[in-house]
Amino acid sequence: MTVTDAARDTVAAALESDRVESHLNPPPSYDLADHPLPTGREEVWRFTPLKRLRGLLDGEASTGSLTWDTTIPAGASLTEISPEEARALELAPNERPAALAAELSGSARLVDVPADTRVEEPIVLRLTGGSVDDLVHGRMVYRFGAHSEATVVLVHEGSARYNAISTFLVGDGAKVTVLTLQDWADDAVHLGRDSIRVGRDASVKHASISFGGDVVRLHANVEYAGPGGEAELLGLYYADAGQHLEHRLFADHNAPKTKSNVNYKGALQGTGAHTVWIGNVLIRKVAEGIETYEENRNLVLTDGCQADSVPNLEIETGEIEGAGHASATARFDDEQLFYLKSRGVSETEARRLVLHGFFSELIRKVDVPSLEERLTATVEAELAKTVTSGSSAAALEA
Amino acid sequence: MSTLEIKDLQVSVETEDGPKEILKGVTLTIKDGETHAIMGPNGSGKSTTAYSIAGHPKYTITGGEVLLDGEDVLAMSVDERARAGLFLAMQYPVEVPGVSMANFLRTAKTALDGEAPKLRTWVKDVNGALERMNLDTQFSQRSVNEGFSGGEKKRAEIAQLDLLDPKLAILDEIDSGLDIDALKVVSEGINRFAERDGKGVLLITHYTRILRYVKPDVVHVFVDGRVAESGGPELADELEANGYDKYVKAAAAQA
Ligand SMILES: Nc1ncnc2c1ncn2[C@@H]1O[C@H](COP(=O)(O)OP(=O)(O)OP(=O)(O)O)[C@@H](O)[C@H]1O
Ligand SMILES: [Mg+2]
Repeated sequence: MTVTDAARDTVAAALESDRVESHLNPPPSYDLADHPLPTGREEVWRFTPLKRLRGLLDGEASTGSLTWDTTIPAGASLTEISPEEARALELAPNERPAALAAELSGSARLVDVPADTRVEEPIVLRLTGGSVDDLVHGRMVYRFGAHSEATVVLVHEGSARYNAISTFLVGDGAKVTVLTLQDWADDAVHLGRDSIRVGRDASVKHASISFGGDVVRLHANVEYAGPGGEAELLGLYYADAGQHLEHRLFADHNAPKTKSNVNYKGALQGTGAHTVWIGNVLIRKVAEGIETYEENRNLVLTDGCQADSVPNLEIETGEIEGAGHASATARFDDEQLFYLKSRGVSETEARRLVLHGFFSELIRKVDVPSLEERLTATVEAELAKTVTSGSSAAALEA
Repeated sequence: MSTLEIKDLQVSVETEDGPKEILKGVTLTIKDGETHAIMGPNGSGKSTTAYSIAGHPKYTITGGEVLLDGEDVLAMSVDERARAGLFLAMQYPVEVPGVSMANFLRTAKTALDGEAPKLRTWVKDVNGALERMNLDTQFSQRSVNEGFSGGEKKRAEIAQLDLLDPKLAILDEIDSGLDIDALKVVSEGINRFAERDGKGVLLITHYTRILRYVKPDVVHVFVDGRVAESGGPELADELEANGYDKYVKAAAAQA
């Protein structure tokens, strides 16, 4: 196994803080030989419909790209960097798609916000794919200097077979919000890995919102560069018939007094709608006085859907402030619907209200005003699909 | 106009051992402008009556009729019953997270009237209804019943009664969990509603204390899924003094 310098750093750090072998989070490596093509029986791949990835894991080279439409406000910059530069900055891949993206993407892009800079308006990156025939590897690094403040909004639209590795380096005391919206066309395939390193006393909010695509499988990983860092990982997803939406979270509490808060909510409707949520939290021996809470709630709107939800908490120190998790998958609450209907509200409208309520707290938490309207509108449009579709209502009644 | 006729209503619920009969033939009529009280021991079928009239899916109607101004209530869906003029204040009002009272009330009012309420007056109306129930106007921004105290939930039900203005209000233990001040406030709310033209009230309670503020025209004693006795307000005082024993024994002897 060839271990790169960057990876060696990480491994060394892990060793120092008592190395933990976890099959859910294999050791980092750029060597593709360390990441063989999965068979589907591996723990980390067992939920994913490999056939529907359309060869995205095969390792085929491609010069395909997405169309980038960007808004870079004063204070921030977007530049192209070499693979070597990317590798010196980024958090190394620890699974095949991320390693492939690093290997095959050619150049990378760097979003840079210097220290002590407050970027008022969101940095908006709108990535559009032309067709599902396009094979695209992406590599991005976002660097937020110490005590900077910025919001990044990343929008995915159109269609592609898209595989990306992204790294977010949040400097000491920085305040960062990252929102990624997966609003793909029905046939898109998207594999993505976001890894975040949270600086000392920094705080980061990462929100992943997935509506579109045939298969979407996203990692959001957090680790800490020092004590006092806080990470809030939010997610909202809405799977329609036949869609596979998978979100895998990993909060690695490798420093004391750090916080992680994971809150993902999803709705499923239609035959074959499948969502997967894996919430891994590791509290290392050094990580005294940390707080972590992870929660995943799913609302199943029709028959024929499947919501997999697996929280995992590994604790190696007893000296923690708080650690907990909750996972629940439910259908519409009959008592809630009855209450609303007993006030004259129709069945359709009652369902709409309950669903709206289910997501509203999360939308408020995401709190990116420029996007809120679009988000609410998209949720409303998705809701309209359920509540007006007689077949799903009938399925529920059955 | 508001006349509610309950005729020989029989209701069962599904249990693990098959259907269980709860209401064994309930008959009573609330005429236009009347207030009726239902009293009776735990488990006698009071809430079952209320929920069955409102159309809760848990209850299966096995016989009898319910007519509101001659219209067959049992043939209607839950929301149609509300639009026909029925209102049920629940013993345990349901929490609906993420849906603000304001949004909920506007949606309900729009559904009942067939048009959205006038924005200008509506906010004032909502605030007025809350204030009359001693609820801060901030309650309209909170999620429906979520985190409300027991007493606040009950007061919010009466605020809804005030705003939604049905023909017939069924109030299931609206008085339980209320302190003495809240009891007065709630009673005044019920009386204000009852005094409007063409209203009826069916008040389910365990205690005569609310009947000192809300004067019933008729009091019914429920025992074992039936009306065991009906009388004037003095019947409540007699129950207060002697309890249900006499009626329970009589029902047991009959069974
Ligand atoms: N699912 C069920 N299985 C068995 N019995 C049931 C079920 N649901 C209701 N019951 C019974 O029906 C009876 C009537 O209940 P109901 O709630 O109508 O009583 P109530 O008169 O309102 O009592 P309380 O004064 O305690 O509110 C009770 O004995 C109750 O246990
Ligand atoms: Mg009851």
